[in-house]
Amino acid sequence: MSDPILSGHQLTRWFPGRTHPALDGVDVTVRQGISLGIVGESGAGKSTLLRQLLGVDRPTSGEIRFTGQPLDRIRHRAFRRQVQVVFQDPRSSLNPRMSVASIVAEPLRSLHIGTDRAARAERVAEVLTAVGLRPEDGRRYPHEFSGGQRQRIAIARALAPAPRILLADEPVSALDVSVRLQIIDLLKDLVDRLGLTLVLVSHDLAIVSQLCQEVLVMRHGRVVERGPTVDVLTNPADEYTRALLAAIPQLPLDLEEEP
Amino acid sequence: MTVLETTGLTITLDGQPLVRDVSLSLAARDRVGLIGESGSGKSLTALALLGLLPPGMRTSGRILIDGEDHLGAPDRRWRRVRGRTVSIVFQEPLTALDPLMPVGRQIAGPLRLHQGLNRSDAERRAIEWCDRVHLPDPARLVRALPHELSGGQRQRVALAMALACRPRVLIADEPTTALDVTVQAQILTLLDELIEETGVGLLFISHDLPVVAGLARHLLVMRTGRLVESGPVDDVLRRPRSGYARQLVASAAQVTRLARPSVHGEYR
Repeated sequence: MSDPILSGHQLTRWFPGRTHPALDGVDVTVRQGISLGIVGESGAGKSTLLRQLLGVDRPTSGEIRFTGQPLDRIRHRAFRRQVQVVFQDPRSSLNPRMSVASIVAEPLRSLHIGTDRAARAERVAEVLTAVGLRPEDGRRYPHEFSGGQRQRIAIARALAPAPRILLADEPVSALDVSVRLQIIDLLKDLVDRLGLTLVLVSHDLAIVSQLCQEVLVMRHGRVVERGPTVDVLTNPADEYTRALLAAIPQLPLDLEEEP
Repeated sequence: MTVLETTGLTITLDGQPLVRDVSLSLAARDRVGLIGESGSGKSLTALALLGLLPPGMRTSGRILIDGEDHLGAPDRRWRRVRGRTVSIVFQEPLTALDPLMPVGRQIAGPLRLHQGLNRSDAERRAIEWCDRVHLPDPARLVRALPHELSGGQRQRVALAMALACRPRVLIADEPTTALDVTVQAQILTLLDELIEETGVGLLFISHDLPVVAGLARHLLVMRTGRLVESGPVDDVLRRPRSGYARQLVASAAQVTRLARPSVHGEYR
């Protein structure tokens, strides 16, 4: 089994004024090359968990480790080069006043990657191409792009520092159905091609089944089930997982069996 | 008998057509699904059918309600049919409900307006409706404010409010899009039950084909302001004629396959 790169141990997170913790003793392990899906409904604690793994929120108790070291002993820049994030809504996550090229170059500047402007521009062109955009799209602004293309820009920005782990919080939920599939295909392709490890938060098991080998099902701040995605989906042990699976709207079964 | 019919409905803003030449009709017991992506004009169509378009938008064509043309009618004529003949539920019940008014009084409002019930009769009917939409402890719940309820409970209140005056057509505009998947499944079951019981004709608007296909019998597909396809659900799913409908069916079928690994098992 490959090594854990990022892990959380007994993570508990209380928010002031709440009667229940948002996270309640959660253990999570992200292994090199094994993409992990975190599923559950609103309030389950999935985004809170993601924020812990991203290092932007601290657990009330418990610990995050990166390559075996507690997160507070690792230099922030070194961590951030390796762990990047894509959010749900590319409309609000991209600065409308910046050109696409400077949006994508932003992590390179802030993380001091690339010796000079020319080296950074080269990297920007490279990642824009990798997400299916053209290098000349860098001169345009976010509002000139569709929702799906904006999400490609957000992915390009996350990829710019060449991270090992890409965290994604509902990366396709704000998109229309047909665009959704294109972004899923892109993520799949990037994982295969770049050896990225994806940690995907989603309420949608269908998407997780497509992208993640392992899955963790959360409810009320706890993990109710975890395991290889195929096992959890075909043979769910937990009653809540079964209810979640049964609730996914589907086309009539007989339809698909036609050629 | 047809309750609501529109022919050649066109909506323009500053001379730009947003909805073009849409025709559809609804009778009691009809179950029509209207599907399209964001910006396709489906919600504008719904608003136009209730005379609720924002100012500045121009409409042409006909909107017949019980045979009477309402296009361009003054608001007082629309108020006589809204909630009574044609009702609507929206995507986000939190914005559709008055945040400062107990939900029971909100359900009672249209009953007093359209059926002339007095306050106590209307509130009693509101409690009955809370029970019909399976809200827990209706007698207590009617006194709650919208923010004290969950998203699914709020949508139940919105449904009770929409159906309380026995309209003959219900327009549901993405009523489950803002909800979690297990709550969505509950609301869809409830909606199915209520339209069966009351016989109200349904126009169900959504971007989600599997959701629409589960409730509707007839499907309309909208794209860039036009209807590009219309037919029985089974026909559209099996033999989509337009390229766009084919694409929608293919995407939905792919998602369905993904969600059903035990049948297909084709991923790692």
